[in-house]
Amino acid sequence: MDPFDGTTLRPLVPAVIGVLVRRGADFAAAEDAVQDALVEAWRTFGAGDDAAPRDLKGWLVTVAWRRFLDGVRSGSARQRREVVVDAEPGAGPTEVADDTLRVFFLCAHPALTPASAVALTLRAVAGLTTRQVAEAYLVPEATMAQRISRAKRTISGESFDRPGDLATVRRVLYLVFNEGYSGDVDLAAEAIRLTRQLASLRANPETDGLLALTLLHHARRPARLRPDGTLVPLVDQDRSRWDGALIEEGVRILQRALALEQRGEFQLQAAIAALHADARTTEETDWVQVVQWYDELLALTGSPVVRLNRAVAVGEADGPRAGLAALAEVDPDLPRHRAVSAYLHERDGDLATAAGLYAEAAALATNMPERTHLTKQAARLNQHSPVVE
Amino acid sequence: MPKYLILKHYRGTPATVNDVPMDRWTPEEVDAHLKFMDDFGKRLEADGEFVDGQALSPEGAFVRADDQGKGPITDGPFAETKDLIAGWYIVDVDGWDRAVALAGELSLAPGAGGRPIHEWLEVRPFYGSPTGTED
Repeated sequence: MDPFDGTTLRPLVPAVIGVLVRRGADFAAAEDAVQDALVEAWRTFGAGDDAAPRDLKGWLVTVAWRRFLDGVRSGSARQRREVVVDAEPGAGPTEVADDTLRVFFLCAHPALTPASAVALTLRAVAGLTTRQVAEAYLVPEATMAQRISRAKRTISGESFDRPGDLATVRRVLYLVFNEGYSGDVDLAAEAIRLTRQLASLRANPETDGLLALTLLHHARRPARLRPDGTLVPLVDQDRSRWDGALIEEGVRILQRALALEQRGEFQLQAAIAALHADARTTEETDWVQVVQWYDELLALTGSPVVRLNRAVAVGEADGPRAGLAALAEVDPDLPRHRAVSAYLHERDGDLATAAGLYAEAAALATNMPERTHLTKQAARLNQHSPVVE
Repeated sequence: MPKYLILKHYRGTPATVNDVPMDRWTPEEVDAHLKFMDDFGKRLEADGEFVDGQALSPEGAFVRADDQGKGPITDGPFAETKDLIAGWYIVDVDGWDRAVALAGELSLAPGAGGRPIHEWLEVRPFYGSPTGTED
């Protein structure tokens, strides 16, 4: 057993922080102490010389509490008085679950900027080190350390017992998921793990919706990027490389959530992803139903991005002319507007216009894989159309 | 070892030999160009000379402060006539000659027709740290 992967040791982190806070530690100091305990666990069992204890959580609590007391003793007298008691009665299972949930809430507190909430969540909820978080976001470790300690200061006055908002936690986890992966930590997988944990702590159809959505998207990952890092659009993906087990789980979770009839943004997005997962090809996709889900999603959110994606679906369901008509109602300043317009014009047979729009879209792309993909689309079409001087 | 910036421009340099915009290449030529760039970066890393490599979007603006109490003034998007940086490599190498040689390699990236672009690249030395032996 490797106690240091995402399945054994790190899932215990928020609960251990919760125990220390219950015993009187303030959140920031408790979080530091638990990080220290993780490092010590690595030193003690990581080399494989010593067997990991059966009760990893109890071990972490003991070590973290000792570290916390060491910190207090070396700190000021004022800090010492803030420690209430050493040995309160142990909490029952329900209290532990509630305290774990409170760590989620605190790290996604609305007073934090999204970047700070993400960083703090990855450290205090996911149990990653500052270096791992820094590498994942491609910033220097010192920068990430500052961001995390500022985030802790921001929430230092917040009561641990104040009920939080699941929606803010879901937004933070969704941000983590969308960051994908760089460095040695797979943030998408980490976001899925945390969403699972959140769903087990507090049943909620929208949390299940987020879990289903992330599973369904994650299932496509093996087909989404070529080995050289270039992007494969949905229409060209080799669907046999999609992960069937993840799709099956995502669909099952989604169906359970939808049955509760409390629809939200993530459930609706997951429903669309499930329809794609269900089709062997783009042509076989039930685009009419995709448009219906987009209609519902648009009514719920009014989001311009949803309106844009809906135009693509309308183009598939009712033909490119209908898609272009739907696109006419979308804000042209949206990042992917020209790319969608190019695609619809190409399908409508207007290759010269499409090529020009693909080239414009490439110049406006916000990441390199997308820019490369769009440039190649323009290049492909320009081969069939003479250069107009 | 001294560090150098190898700067790539979208525009603002003298015209290149093989001056065809990328969307007029074939998709295979685009792939060949990207593979060349990718290989170049990997080789720098393997040689122990790589420090950083980044690409910039052509979007953006110039910004300066206005009078106190007012927000900053922006001038942009960048006018067609202006020099526009596309990205850079930072290399840590033995000296100027090596930095120039590397930029020379990069300049030969293949473009339209698979022929080298002969692109102009800018090479700029970083200021170093003061040495500890000035007295």
